[in-house]
Amino acid sequence: MLQHNTDAGPPAGSHKSGRTLVSLRGVSKRFSNGTLALQNMSLDIAEGQFVSLLGPSGCGKSTVLRIIAGLGDTSSGTVEWPGASSYDVTGKAEREIGFVFQEPTLMPWATVANNVWLPLRLHGVSKKAARAQVMEALQMVGLEKFADSYPRELSGGMKMRVSIARALITRPKLLLMDEPFAALDEITRFKLNNDLLHLWETFGWTVIFVTHSVFESVYLSERIVVMAPRPGRVFKDLAIDAPYPRDDAFRTSTVYNEYCRMASDALHGAIAAGGAA
Amino acid sequence: MSASETAVRPAIATPDGDEAPVPAARASRGERIARIAVPLTMLVLVLLGWHLYVTLANVPHYVLPSPVLVVQSLITDWPTLFKSLIITLKTTFSALGLALVGGVLLAVLMAQSRLIELAIYPYAVVLQVTPIIAVAPLILIYAPSTTVALLIVAFIVAFFPILSNTTQGIRSTDHNLLNLFELYGATPWQTLIHLKLPNALPYFLTGLKIAGGLSLIGAVVAEFTAGSAGANSGLAFRLLESQFRLNIPRLYAALLLLSFTGVLIFFASSLLSWLLLRKWHESAVRREN
Repeated sequence: MLQHNTDAGPPAGSHKSGRTLVSLRGVSKRFSNGTLALQNMSLDIAEGQFVSLLGPSGCGKSTVLRIIAGLGDTSSGTVEWPGASSYDVTGKAEREIGFVFQEPTLMPWATVANNVWLPLRLHGVSKKAARAQVMEALQMVGLEKFADSYPRELSGGMKMRVSIARALITRPKLLLMDEPFAALDEITRFKLNNDLLHLWETFGWTVIFVTHSVFESVYLSERIVVMAPRPGRVFKDLAIDAPYPRDDAFRTSTVYNEYCRMASDALHGAIAAGGAA
Repeated sequence: MSASETAVRPAIATPDGDEAPVPAARASRGERIARIAVPLTMLVLVLLGWHLYVTLANVPHYVLPSPVLVVQSLITDWPTLFKSLIITLKTTFSALGLALVGGVLLAVLMAQSRLIELAIYPYAVVLQVTPIIAVAPLILIYAPSTTVALLIVAFIVAFFPILSNTTQGIRSTDHNLLNLFELYGATPWQTLIHLKLPNALPYFLTGLKIAGGLSLIGAVVAEFTAGSAGANSGLAFRLLESQFRLNIPRLYAALLLLSFTGVLIFFASSLLSWLLLRKWHESAVRREN
């Protein structure tokens, strides 16, 4: 279903520079209602890495994502972008971020193409000038035939693909995904997992993927950061040392099972550490 | 879903599968005919009953004129009635136009700033809940001319549904979409134009439907209060005048024009709503299960 535009990005594997893209330094976040969502959280994300944040609900994994995206400030601690090449008018690093929410978060009044155009439109790119990029982004997610459809005409999985295409159109360095496939059925989820991995291997962005599924996180990521709740913090940092490309054969392999058990144990440890869930 | 479809289909499929949809189409055509025929038949029956009653019971025409007499009056008095209709229409649509602009502008202002909302909203509510017919005499005293007074009264009645609906629509914007706009560095203006206003559109259109009817009511109420303001006499004034002169056929004729105007406004706003929402909003799209 996916069509790869291999000359549009560096070939697979070449994007591992090992440089740090973003780091959280002792970040804490207290909401106005007094809840301590994050406590003294430190995390380095290397360029090109596929990292999953795994944890029970209420462990602050979405909060981490929002803080990295610049939606909401930290209560203490800092977010650093050592590799930032440019700065915006306020002196903040231009973050070049794509964000995929748990819901597709599409504008129902706009066609698929116009939804994908949005990030460019907000930066003053006309529809005509953006046309090629919009179609390319839709091609990446296999929806080029649905450019003129409205979101309500699409299935849940297709809406999520549109949401991904919209996040990709700015060619972000960092893709933040907040449980993007949680609401989808298993077949669709597997398919989108595979497609996401293909795209990642092709284009080599950094991905931070929030999930509460052990299986999904092991399948996708090079590294799983297990978080514990109340207050949210890093509980364990696991490396998933299995080669890409990963496919359905990997999903049924012993290595996969072992990693799943490891991650599952870590998750249970995290839940126990956080008290009653 | 597809599994259950394939499991069920063989059981109901006819030998030549093309036949199945035909009865459904016929049924929907029958339904469409009924939708027009039933109310029309009803109308004819009522008119017929009315006419028979008036003729057989010898009801004097200054109590209840026969429908024939009403139509006659509509034709003979057309020049007067038409002039009045135009005056009422002018008041109605100017008030509606002002209510649209005023309501939307205020809604946008209130959505941008909590301070403005606190300053304005309570008084908008007070204006709305105070019976307009009680305030109208004051407005008539203070307004520079009767025309302006009529306009103010109709405006006050019509603008609140637009204000409150549009405000609600702007407020109910999806938070994730707001976050997305923030993430991509959208200016407040861009967020308003590309996100908040489109989101408020269905709410606004509901407000418009209500306001359309209310602006006509407002115009009539204002004309009633203004009474014999002379040259600028709209349909409501003709109505009162016909009552004083016991010209009941003409009263009915004026009434007919008023309700026809109301129906027309309702249809126009429904059509506008359908045109704007049919592509994407659940209220306007056709469902098929």
